[in-house]
Amino acid sequence: MRTIRGIGFILERRAEPSWLLALLSPLIAIALTMVTGAIVFAALGLNPLHALFVFFIAPLTTGSLERLALTAAPLVLIACGLCLCFRARVWNIGAEGQFIMGAIAGSLFPVFLTGWQSSLVTVLMLALGIIGGMAWAAIPAFLKSRFGASEILTSVLLVYVAQRLLDWLLSGPWRDPQSSGIAKSVSFAGGQLLPTFGGTLHLVVAFAVAAAVALAFLLANGMKGYEIKVSGLAPKAARFAGFSRSGLVWFTFLLSGGLSGLAGISELMTTVKQLQPVIAPSSGFTAIIVAFLGRLNPLGAMIAGLVIAVTHVGGETAGAALGISPKVSQVFQGILLLCILGCDALVHHRVALSGLPRLRLRIG
Amino acid sequence: MTEIYGDPSEELAPPVPVLEALDITRHFGSVIANDHVSLAIMPGEIHALLGDNGAGKSTLAKIVYGSLHPDAGEIRIAGETVAMTSPAVALANGVAMLFQGFTLFEQLTVAENLALAMPSGSAPDDLAGLISEVSTGYDLALDPALPVSHLSAGQRQRVEIARAILHKPKLVILDEPTAVLTLQEQARLFAILARLAGEGCAILYLTRRPEEVGALCHRATVLRQGRVVAEVDPRQETAASLSHLMVGSEIADLRLANDDAVKGPPLLGMKELSVHGGEIVAIVGIAGNGEAELFAAISGERPVGDGGSVVIRGRACGFMGITARRRLGAAFVPDRRLGHAAIGDFDLTRNIVLTRYPENLGMVRGGVVDYEVARRIMSRVCEMFGVQKGKRDPKARTLSAGNLQKFVIGREIDRKPGVLVVHQPTAGVDATSAARIRQELLDLARGGSAVLVISQDLDEVFAIADRAAVLSRGTLSPARPIGELSRESVGLAMAGAA
Repeated sequence: MRTIRGIGFILERRAEPSWLLALLSPLIAIALTMVTGAIVFAALGLNPLHALFVFFIAPLTTGSLERLALTAAPLVLIACGLCLCFRARVWNIGAEGQFIMGAIAGSLFPVFLTGWQSSLVTVLMLALGIIGGMAWAAIPAFLKSRFGASEILTSVLLVYVAQRLLDWLLSGPWRDPQSSGIAKSVSFAGGQLLPTFGGTLHLVVAFAVAAAVALAFLLANGMKGYEIKVSGLAPKAARFAGFSRSGLVWFTFLLSGGLSGLAGISELMTTVKQLQPVIAPSSGFTAIIVAFLGRLNPLGAMIAGLVIAVTHVGGETAGAALGISPKVSQVFQGILLLCILGCDALVHHRVALSGLPRLRLRIG
Repeated sequence: MTEIYGDPSEELAPPVPVLEALDITRHFGSVIANDHVSLAIMPGEIHALLGDNGAGKSTLAKIVYGSLHPDAGEIRIAGETVAMTSPAVALANGVAMLFQGFTLFEQLTVAENLALAMPSGSAPDDLAGLISEVSTGYDLALDPALPVSHLSAGQRQRVEIARAILHKPKLVILDEPTAVLTLQEQARLFAILARLAGEGCAILYLTRRPEEVGALCHRATVLRQGRVVAEVDPRQETAASLSHLMVGSEIADLRLANDDAVKGPPLLGMKELSVHGGEIVAIVGIAGNGEAELFAAISGERPVGDGGSVVIRGRACGFMGITARRRLGAAFVPDRRLGHAAIGDFDLTRNIVLTRYPENLGMVRGGVVDYEVARRIMSRVCEMFGVQKGKRDPKARTLSAGNLQKFVIGREIDRKPGVLVVHQPTAGVDATSAARIRQELLDLARGGSAVLVISQDLDEVFAIADRAAVLSRGTLSPARPIGELSRESVGLAMAGAA
């Protein structure tokens, strides 16, 4: 029995959360972020409306749409896999490392067979990227299922190992012999780059959409999706149903690792076009925000990935147009995450005054 | 004259109730837990508050004790209206309460626990004397030097009683105090309460067992769905008539075991025990004596790694997981409904999938779940077992305990399993649903299945089991026909005496 002394506010669980509010909550959060943003811009001495336009609307104009899709695609790919992990309460925090390892593994062909640029190499590079990400994810999966080691720690620590490995490769063995002292591999060309479709959209955008749709279906209708949800909601019920926990740890880690690896190699085959020490900084970490923003639903993650991409692209544009630090986009991501978590809490709970009878007693 | 008979004016004055509750009303959201409930208790009276789970007993007790505030109504102590704003106010007015759970400090001794409950300033010296006085005076048999962690459930309860008595209460509230006791401890508790009442202390006794009311109480207020449906003299009633008042409809008498029933072949075998087709075998034990581990070992949730330790329909399956055992025709129902047998946030259809997916029902094809198949099973189960639900397919957590239990047991019986293992089939379930569930278990066994029930509820065991074995401190006694057993002998064995 919990008694509350004095007055204050408490969060009470709502009996039946409104589905309408649950649906609207991300939109309300975005609106709140805009308002907060306007205040921040005003405090910086800028015209808030103009700044908001540059930041949030300009990236949506036709010229920037491809750039937006290309920025969102790797985030969505990684986040989709993470949605399944987190639903199962398997905490893969190391997508960044799996992303880097995918990029490294996929670069084997351009680095060692630089001249081979047929379309077969495109497929092989993508496959190696996936395998690289999976292999890196297999380490925390093994440690978790065999020894019970916390996957939060092992997966995140492996991010730094992957980063150091990349640094070492580029500092010597894989460095482009033509580059004078710059840590980068040879430049990719021909079949070592992803083809585009429908004009200028890179194939990776199609991968992201396909992954989101397929995994959303798996979660809603697949037996594996059912297993994931049960395991996350009620571990005892999962054991009662006969689901293997370690099997699920392996499945979710390999899936999200493979998708992160695919995102990593795709990033090299579209924007970066070579292996370099900094590929797409913190994509694997940003994807965690994307997954939660998308309510751990792959289709939601697709929308959330676009929203985050807007803040990225908008941040770059704003940097040039308004002369503010591109880091402002990170501030926006933080505000957005805070707002979404706050709105979610209020969808499932309501604020209630506590201790009123006691208050009456004091007055009387 | 006055010196012998006391003050005549005092004798003539109408007796004042220790406690009066008037028109108490309390809502929880849209549910009305107490609907204009009134009752009065005289000094020295043991007053039963009888009602099924969810009838509103605990709500009323908490309001009287000040830990819950009513929406409307008033409380009078000895004729005076009192604002019961907190348990401290209740204690100051002579109202003490013993909770269902235990509220003692595990690591402290009996004496230290009692000292903590005393108003500050009382010297420990005279406390020791007081404790032994109370302990012997009420036959509590307490050793003040023992840490509470060493005590049995009954002994802990007696520490709580001693703690209450030290406050010299005018009214003691007990909320289902026998739920955790053996029969012997229960008899002892009743003697203590009778002695306390004999000294003029009033007792409000919350229970859902009519037979206790007849044995102990002077008056009884019967609650049903938050309302007072009757106030009766229990000595004029039978357990059956009280049950009738409590649940509103006659509890169907169980169609009892047919002695001529042919015992089938053994379908479930363990080292110590085998269960034949056509019979119900009960394993009785107080919680914490290894029954949870036993269930996990039989079901295969935690395979014990010894092939022959569990045999289902002639197949040694100690190494098999629960799914393989289900495929052999066994079905299982664990004791915890939400989070183990069912998932609160899933609708009933999705909860069907939890245990029924391994069968060849077309429910899972190519890794995709056909929820339409599950929905049909859900409707069938709910109809067959009378599961009351507001919506067509509500979330499991919105069902009442009785309805959810009917659902999770119905989900397994719907399969017509050759072997059914149920842990606590009716714990925390309303009487009507419990009767229904027991009948279904009997019918399943009569149809040739082997049914194993793990239970703490002796009434249940004696009502449905053909044979019973006792589990105490991890060891299982041999199963004996129920006709050769008495409640007393089983009770003693449960407590570890035999």
